[in-house]
Amino acid sequence: MSEMAYETGQQLPQQTFRVTRADLVRYAGASGDFNPIHWSQRTAEGVGLPGVIAHGMYTMALAGRAVTNWVGRADAVLDIGVRFTRPVPVPDTDGGTSVDFTAVIKSVSEDGLVTFDLTATCGGEKVLAQARVVIRQV
Amino acid sequence: MPMDQSFIGRTYPPTEPYQVGREKIREFADAIGAPDDLYHDVAAAHAAGYRDVVAPPTFPIILSFAAMEQIVTDPELGMDYSRVVHGDQRFSYRRPIVAGDELVVVSSIDDITHRGGHDFLTTRAELSTPAGEPVVTVVCKLVVRGHGE
Repeated sequence: MSEMAYETGQQLPQQTFRVTRADLVRYAGASGDFNPIHWSQRTAEGVGLPGVIAHGMYTMALAGRAVTNWVGRADAVLDIGVRFTRPVPVPDTDGGTSVDFTAVIKSVSEDGLVTFDLTATCGGEKVLAQARVVIRQV
Repeated sequence: MPMDQSFIGRTYPPTEPYQVGREKIREFADAIGAPDDLYHDVAAAHAAGYRDVVAPPTFPIILSFAAMEQIVTDPELGMDYSRVVHGDQRFSYRRPIVAGDELVVVSSIDDITHRGGHDFLTTRAELSTPAGEPVVTVVCKLVVRGHGE
């Protein structure tokens, strides 16, 4: 499979990932982060949150998936960094919520490093800032 | 009381080696909804030149999160973990993690600042093999919310 050549300023098509309470429970188990604000409505409301929120690290993992999907290689990521700016509330419904990712190519280096600047939104609000991923082209 | 800036530069003892398991990688990949062959299929990993299945980019949080216990429970630092908010997170790779890797974690405090009544703590976890090969650097910025709000 030939990989696409990236150009600075290029826009990547939106990807949407659905997030449900069941996803958060599963992520808690797999990651070892059992903070109850990610599964207990009572605890989340008790600390002033609107309700159960996704692990920031779950949203970051989705950012990684967005990039590896765009690139078409699961091992492409050299560097991934984000700032968590706003929680992702996950209602106790079958559908949960969803997070949308878009990106623009910030730079392409001569030695094949491509930098993606990502935008992640939930319900129209940005949930990440300074979300940047560097991949190596093969 | 603001966090003591004299802790900047403190480094904690290396953790016991963590054995990266094939099934743990598959479990983590499933938990983030990633069906990619490289994370699941040994033959696909071999075909791509790897010894075994490859870990997704944020997999090292399992190790760095566990290792951060050393910092948040450091009685001298006296951090109130109930007031901690995750600010920033970054993973910088030398090479991908693959099943069968053994990794030790050395955690450090890189920076402590105060702003608007809150403490900002930058921690760094260096993941390397027991032989000393660096694999990934994990930087985590935590916000310890002040009591003034």
